[in-house]
Amino acid sequence: MAKQKMRKWYSLTLIYIALLIGLIYSSFPVLWMFFSSIKSNTEIFSLPPKMLPKEFTLKAYESIFSNPTKIRYFINSYLVASVVTFLTLLVAILSGYSFSRYSFKLKKALNLFIISTQTVPPITLLIPYFGLIVSFKIYNTYFALIFTYLVFTLPYAILMMTGYFNSLPKELDEAVQIDGGSNFLALWRVLVPISIPGIVATGVYTFLLSWNEFLFALTLTKTTEMRTVPVGIQQLMGQHAYEWNEMMAMSILGSLPILIMYLIAQRYFLAGMTAGSVKT
Amino acid sequence: MTLSTLYKKHNNSRSMIFYKAKRHILPYLFQAPTIILLMLLMLLPIITVFRYSFLNNVIMNKNPIFVGLDNYKTILSDQIFWISTGNTLYFTIMSVIFHLIVGLSFALLLNSKAVNPIIRGIFRVFYITPWMFTATIVAIIWRLLLNPSGIINYILRSFNIINSNIEWFSSSATAIHALTFVNIWAGYPFYMVSLLAGLQSIPNDLYEAATMDGANELQKFWNITIPQLLPIIISIAMLDFIWTMQVFPLVWMTTGGGPIHATEMLSTYTYKLAFTKYQFSLASSSAVIILILSMSIAFFYIRHQKMRD
Repeated sequence: MAKQKMRKWYSLTLIYIALLIGLIYSSFPVLWMFFSSIKSNTEIFSLPPKMLPKEFTLKAYESIFSNPTKIRYFINSYLVASVVTFLTLLVAILSGYSFSRYSFKLKKALNLFIISTQTVPPITLLIPYFGLIVSFKIYNTYFALIFTYLVFTLPYAILMMTGYFNSLPKELDEAVQIDGGSNFLALWRVLVPISIPGIVATGVYTFLLSWNEFLFALTLTKTTEMRTVPVGIQQLMGQHAYEWNEMMAMSILGSLPILIMYLIAQRYFLAGMTAGSVKT
Repeated sequence: MTLSTLYKKHNNSRSMIFYKAKRHILPYLFQAPTIILLMLLMLLPIITVFRYSFLNNVIMNKNPIFVGLDNYKTILSDQIFWISTGNTLYFTIMSVIFHLIVGLSFALLLNSKAVNPIIRGIFRVFYITPWMFTATIVAIIWRLLLNPSGIINYILRSFNIINSNIEWFSSSATAIHALTFVNIWAGYPFYMVSLLAGLQSIPNDLYEAATMDGANELQKFWNITIPQLLPIIISIAMLDFIWTMQVFPLVWMTTGGGPIHATEMLSTYTYKLAFTKYQFSLASSSAVIILILSMSIAFFYIRHQKMRD
């Protein structure tokens, strides 16, 4: 009996050691980034390196908030991601409702098309997008970003919304139709309100996808007042290769919306992450 | 009014015909925005990129002429294209393998019944952190950590693992490995979360039955856990393979494909052809080749997903 207890204790210790190694592997880089953002630039590479700053300073953040160009990156990112999220949800709710509640001839083909668009490489689309956007004269506008972002947000959003509607009983909206309400009314008054959790999950994931986008933003905009945060960070890197504390502060601020969404709505957040792979 | 009388009333009136017509047209009306957007954003660009790839220098040239397969011949005989293909394959295969190993190990740790669920919950929050950061920020974090005078070199030197500072991203011997390492760090949480959900859905009586039959932990792992997780593993590994092949921001922000093509990927190769060399036709044919590669893997992914339905 004592031997068994000993073995149990032994394996538990091993599990905890493994957990701690995992903790260092996953979180040390992030902690290092955070503490570098509140150090002075000269302290970052001082020897021997210390995690905690000798001298706590918010200078890096101050210099970002006092720089209109950098504030503009954030405004652009929030604006583009919000509009994309709104439009995506609108289109995806309609499409998801149709997939979930109707059977129609092209249903399978359309569904297959939507799934396969998830796998088309962005670089393949980028070249024709560039050609088309220049010829439509919307190069270097918000419109160019909002429009092209829909191509990667829509497929996910539609699949997530369809899945959510499928989990709701059909009797709900049929009752409205028998009472003489239109299908649109059934969707708007009955399905949408009870689908808020699904809509939030889809919205969070859509926001995240557009917030993180880099390749299209880099190529389809040109002037600093049109740049988004990821491209802004890249620009910062080119201009002041040595302002590490500022780059780290910018990265923290650039991850803030995602961190906040994750902490508030962890469950919804993970729903989007696993949408493509795990069937629930 | 009861339901049956209501239906009868409908049957006898013209509204039933309307109702039937509506049921046929309505689904398409609801799909109309999706169909229009996907036509414009997916079908039109793909047709355009194919067209570009058969012309001589489009976009830069006002009146491009048809050149047949010339662009493809140029690309396929370009040594750098093949270097990029090799790098992309190495990067992708190593990333997928290690994503799976790290993701599965962490999922098993977080699922271990021996540890208090609250503690596991806290660890889970931290284990997901790499996924909170977009590729450009991941790149910047690791450029700081892997800086020649950065913390990683310092730690390795103080343990005498290396005796001089290594320029991880700018030496051609280490750049691709450093890049792969960073990508493994950035991508494992997707596997971890998916596999954790999968682990939690394995019915407990399978393990109980195996314990009754005298199976040890390792046997349970190979004969229950792995077979039960296999459909999820195949799904996420294929999806990851497709996504990792398309890697761009991470490479662009760390090495830019260098030093001397040591980390050139198909995506950076194509991007440079288009936007630094302005060879849009050559870039288009390279983009078409990448599309065909992706779609052939996607074919197996979609078939696998359909089988699971």
